[in-house]
Amino acid sequence: MTTKKLSRRGLLKGAAAAGAATAFPAPMIWAQNIKDVTLRQFGTGVSNLNEVAQKVKEDLGFTLEMTALDSDAVTQRAATQPGSFDIADIEYWICKKVWPTGNLQAMDVSKIKNYDKIVGIFKDGKLTPESTIAQGTAPHTVGFTDGPDGTTFADQQTNWMTLIPTIYNADTLGIRPDLIGRPIDTWAELLNPEFKGKASILDISSIGIMDAAMVCEAMGEIAYGDKGNMTREEIDKTMAIFTEAKRAGQFRAFWKTFDESVNLMASGEVVIQSMWSPAITAVKSRGIDCVYQPLKEGYRSWGGGIGLSKNLSGLELDAAYEYINWYLDGWVGGFLMRQGYYSAVPETSKNFMSENEWGYWFEGKEATDTITNPFGDAMAQAGEVRDGGSFEERMGSVACWNAVMDENQYMVRKWNEFIAA
Amino acid sequence: MRAGENNRHLTGWLLASPLTLVLIFFLVLPIAMIVVVSFWKATEFSIIPAFSWENYDFLFGSPVTYRVFGNTIKYALIVWACTLLIGFTVAYFLAFHVRTQTWQIALFLLCTIPFWTSNIIRMISWIPFLGRNGLANSALISAGITDEPLEWLLYSDFSVILAFVHLYTLFMVVPIFNTMMRIDKSLIEAAYDGGASGFQTLTNVIIPLCKPGIMIGTIFVVTLVMGDFVTVRFMSGSQSANVGRLIQNDIALLQYPSASATAVVLLITVLMVIGILLRFVDIRKEL
Repeated sequence: MTTKKLSRRGLLKGAAAAGAATAFPAPMIWAQNIKDVTLRQFGTGVSNLNEVAQKVKEDLGFTLEMTALDSDAVTQRAATQPGSFDIADIEYWICKKVWPTGNLQAMDVSKIKNYDKIVGIFKDGKLTPESTIAQGTAPHTVGFTDGPDGTTFADQQTNWMTLIPTIYNADTLGIRPDLIGRPIDTWAELLNPEFKGKASILDISSIGIMDAAMVCEAMGEIAYGDKGNMTREEIDKTMAIFTEAKRAGQFRAFWKTFDESVNLMASGEVVIQSMWSPAITAVKSRGIDCVYQPLKEGYRSWGGGIGLSKNLSGLELDAAYEYINWYLDGWVGGFLMRQGYYSAVPETSKNFMSENEWGYWFEGKEATDTITNPFGDAMAQAGEVRDGGSFEERMGSVACWNAVMDENQYMVRKWNEFIAA
Repeated sequence: MRAGENNRHLTGWLLASPLTLVLIFFLVLPIAMIVVVSFWKATEFSIIPAFSWENYDFLFGSPVTYRVFGNTIKYALIVWACTLLIGFTVAYFLAFHVRTQTWQIALFLLCTIPFWTSNIIRMISWIPFLGRNGLANSALISAGITDEPLEWLLYSDFSVILAFVHLYTLFMVVPIFNTMMRIDKSLIEAAYDGGASGFQTLTNVIIPLCKPGIMIGTIFVVTLVMGDFVTVRFMSGSQSANVGRLIQNDIALLQYPSASATAVVLLITVLMVIGILLRFVDIRKEL
């Protein structure tokens, strides 16, 4: 961290002493009251970190309780236990399942201080004015609703957001270059018989089917209308190709949790598989060569955001807005970017990163010194560049977003058949 | 006299009521709920109370269901046979070959030591052992038995069954050992005196007298294996499925009605298996 910022808590104290409102557009919050507030947040392990909760206590004064769950458990909890949380840290594709339950409330954009600085992907779907919008459930398509009580998604930006974007990344295949020994540049390699018994894919249907589609399209077997919203026929064809490969012994195993994917790769059971970026880092940190391979067909991307429980009101709601504004203010962004994810407001994160870190993680420049993650582990040495290059290069070659399809139920059943085949 | 009898009735009811209430609340009601929900409908984000055969239609209409139930029964049968063979041998050794009671108890406790750790840990510890570069394969290769690592050791039916047998054999040992200890030793002496060979004594005296133990062990093992989903998922690397995994998948995807329907069918299957087993032995009489 290079820049020193005035702590929010200090500001709040000053504000309270003066008997005035806080310096931010949120309604009046008194420092003494807010200390008693406890907000319960849950979400996936990627962003539900105790460090964030600690920093919230330091900067804002209230208590944030974090619960980290896996994607399926997150969906279940958001959909079925509305009383059990105040803040839901969920992924955009999950939003499509959860929003219609009415367990979340829309957020007033005018209260979001850094709204204008949020990257275009989450507002109109475009990274740059010229970029085309990728297939799948692109975040902006489920990012807005018509009003405070809207239950459907709006087509364009409105004053009411469903989730405040926080974190996102571009995913691709992970490989073991030491065990493969040649360049890999296409998704089709996942089903290459050369890697028979040494390939893997993840067993979370909504994400797995997207990876499968990237592979089938790269093989030239199927031309999809929209990979993120397949027809029954497209689903059948995709699963037929993968079932055939499974029967022929292409896959070593399927993985469902982060740790499983790390172990499969680190132990050499698998040399090529769909993987998540921090899992690659975990393999690397064991001293094993592992690459997050950019592929010519592009990336499969995902994004996460925070939503507010319907039950939040009064002081708690104000505290939640404080929290959101603080979230987009840069400290968390820097924390997440130093793990290889992207922040929804990169501009502010820059203030919390060194020039070397910013150059490596965001601009795709060579590291000038050792790059460490927020936990102090070395991620790259001087001279290394990030896989896939800069932010624009990586997020600019997203081919599709994790999605929930119209034929989701049919897809799930077909996926179950694939697993049982 | 009348009052006393009434009193006795009342006391009986009162004595039975705590257990009855516990069973109603924690067994009968949940199962009834599952049966009710199994007739409901569901979409991605909502469960609709209705009366529909849709879930059962889909369940019985899908070839996957039959394959998965077949797989479940296959696992149950193979695991049952292995645990019975190993469990019976271990119990036999403990009961008839170990002379002193101190040693019997000591060795019996030895059998239970692995069960002081959690199920999951015992299961997962097999994964690095059986892996491509694991201990088993390195040992086989360095001993010159194989040239290449054996792929089928891990993430296969073999590893699933191995883990099951490892996890559940004790459930066979304990009840069989228990019944063996109650066999009157003079019966065995009588068999020998009557000129029976060791094998004849085993088949004509010991096994029939152990039947209740075998049956209780069988019920344990069969129900545990049929309801398990964790072992199958981890040890097959998610490559095989049994009914438990089908239910787990449905729950993970918020398809509660469909999960309930599968659970009801599984419950009926297990009850049928136990019903058949109980025809062979009247456990209450034998105990």
